Amino acid sequence: MTNPAPLVAPREGLAAALEKLLGKDLLAHVQAVEEDSITVTREAIAGVMVQLRDVLEYQQLMEIAGVDYPDRPERFEVVYHLLSVTKNHRLRVRVSTDEATPVPTVVPVWPNAGWLEREVFDMYGVLFSGNPDLRRILTDYGFQGHPQRKDFPLTGYTELRYSEEDKRVVYEPVRLAQDFRNFDFLSPWEGADYILPGDEKAGGTGEAPGKGAPSPMTAQQVKKADDAKAAPPPTPKTTDREAQTGAGKSANKAAAKPSKDGAKAKPAAKAKTPATAKAEKAPAKPKAPAKPRKPKGGDA
Amino acid sequence: MTDSPQMASGAVKHHGSDMFEGYPVDTADTAGDQVVTNYTINFGPQHPAAHGVLRMVMELDGEIIERVDPHVGLLHRGTEKLIEYKTYLQALPYFDRLDYCSPLGMEHSYVLAIEKLLDLEVPARAQYLRVLFAELTRICNHMLNIGSHVMDVGAMTPNLWVFELREDCLNFFERASGARMHSAWFRPGGVHQDVPEKLLVDIGEWCETRLPRLFGDAMSLVIDNRIFKQRNVDIATVSKEDALAWGFSGPMIRGSGIPWDIRKSQPYDAYAAMEFDIPVGTRGDCYDRFMVRVQEVYQSARIIKQCLRDMPSGPVASLDRKVVPPKRGEMKQSMESLIHHFKLYTEGFHVPAGEVYVATESPKGEFGVYLVSDGTNKPYRCKIRPTAFSHLQAMDMMAKGHMLADTTAIIGAIDVVFGECDR
Repeated sequence: MTNPAPLVAPREGLAAALEKLLGKDLLAHVQAVEEDSITVTREAIAGVMVQLRDVLEYQQLMEIAGVDYPDRPERFEVVYHLLSVTKNHRLRVRVSTDEATPVPTVVPVWPNAGWLEREVFDMYGVLFSGNPDLRRILTDYGFQGHPQRKDFPLTGYTELRYSEEDKRVVYEPVRLAQDFRNFDFLSPWEGADYILPGDEKAGGTGEAPGKGAPSPMTAQQVKKADDAKAAPPPTPKTTDREAQTGAGKSANKAAAKPSKDGAKAKPAAKAKTPATAKAEKAPAKPKAPAKPRKPKGGDA
Repeated sequence: MTDSPQMASGAVKHHGSDMFEGYPVDTADTAGDQVVTNYTINFGPQHPAAHGVLRMVMELDGEIIERVDPHVGLLHRGTEKLIEYKTYLQALPYFDRLDYCSPLGMEHSYVLAIEKLLDLEVPARAQYLRVLFAELTRICNHMLNIGSHVMDVGAMTPNLWVFELREDCLNFFERASGARMHSAWFRPGGVHQDVPEKLLVDIGEWCETRLPRLFGDAMSLVIDNRIFKQRNVDIATVSKEDALAWGFSGPMIRGSGIPWDIRKSQPYDAYAAMEFDIPVGTRGDCYDRFMVRVQEVYQSARIIKQCLRDMPSGPVASLDRKVVPPKRGEMKQSMESLIHHFKLYTEGFHVPAGEVYVATESPKGEFGVYLVSDGTNKPYRCKIRPTAFSHLQAMDMMAKGHMLADTTAIIGAIDVVFGECDR
């Protein structure tokens, strides 16, 4: 191991012990990044925890974390982190659930699960059946919604301020002086799985343009490329005479001409493509008027 | 606890009290009795002994606490949500603002979690510097806690003295990072900058002379003080079993007599090379927790001296340019460094998909970071395991049956800071 993170020795025979102890309640056991995590059936979680505490000696419940994966049929994961102070080992236990299905509480197993479950309920709306005191804990009194869900906006829906007229704190819909900006810094050359804005023609394969193995060159192409390399460089460009620079009287004259359209200095020499014809006919389209900024979120 | 009204042997009638269990009780009203009913008070949210914004709804029977319901979250700022919208490096300063009394202790868990997911090697000097400053943070934190604890139970002078030492610590942080509190100095891969040689010399001198002298003087005023003991000994006794069941950690679990210290049992950074002892309590009361912290200050000083003695020279951050940005001077010379610098400060580095739970021994206990990465440059989920959550939750269990005035001692011994508890 090279990284300086806390060193936890792997526990001998843990996989077999878990298999034997939990039987069909154990859905998966994964070892990754030197950590053990197991997935168990939701209905059996309370019984599993008693077993883990009493038989496998995980005496402490350190943490219950919720995680939201909106794409999954059961979108929430409830992740318990257990610690054994005698075996010096940590174990992660996870169950999954959705908005409506409650998870059996583990308060009878560890009294400190009470607040931890309240927090998951507050942040994600996961219900815990049997928790004696499932109130909100971190958010404001009377708060609505579950802020850690992925579909809850970062800015929230309401803001509060002290109102001088009412002489009390008032709640109002959020009004941002500037829209929330979320920059996308993901490099489009490293497999971003979306189409770049303006590059819709690249096709809806979901593949970044230019990705994939290059098609092999034909013998002719190879020869051409070789010739191009081998060919002597063309006469070096000089600016000895005025004509060579591209400046001079003719250029001055061309520059003095009033141009009708900034984008088209040279008057239509080519056949008009339908697109340009259309663009010419239509009066210069003014830029879309700045949209009046609407307050984010649901205003009444 | 029984909720039925009970009759004391005296003339006062109590409702909802279990104080007189075992005495013959007569539940019938008799003429001339005074009737005392339980009443509920609010402790906080603004109370000097609450160490922040803590509201506790307390049900009292006279001055005896019957029930405590702590209301937390008044300082909730949505740190975990904000982190999901920031790159890994941009999210780092949020950790300074969690437990603002021990900022570097908070950063430590986070950078270790990232390094574990990246499987990133960290140079030895960076590891020693991190241990050195983590221990300095521990001293800084304990100075604040010890000082405010003794002040909560009535002593003024020691607080002023140990705040001098806290000020020294903050000056050291300033000289290392430029900021007194919100240092943002631990970075994934090492530390942000090397420290000046003179700073290390000064820290060494401070540990030898000023710290033991001033701290020893301040503690000599309280640890054998009769009033201080009366306020703390046998207050909020927690058994080993309770400490385990309630998820205690740090000085709280050691105060109950369990020698559990993550620095020892699951060593991280350079702690494996350090020699230090784990002080434990014998009775599990507020006095033991206080004394555990006092002893930890001396142990931290010991670790600091070892760090200063053994610290190797070399780079202070990983040389992996895909994670750690190059220094400015290097950038002026090399095009590649310029590219790396630009990419790391806009896009940031990508962390391989996976999840990790890294807990370190912060001054207040086990501070954990559960980091879920989806392989992009932003954390998918960053759950912070605060130390105070479990401790404060046990407030009801610890305070039941004690006097109202003992609450301040109990909160002081928990060492709660709401930036971290509420996140």
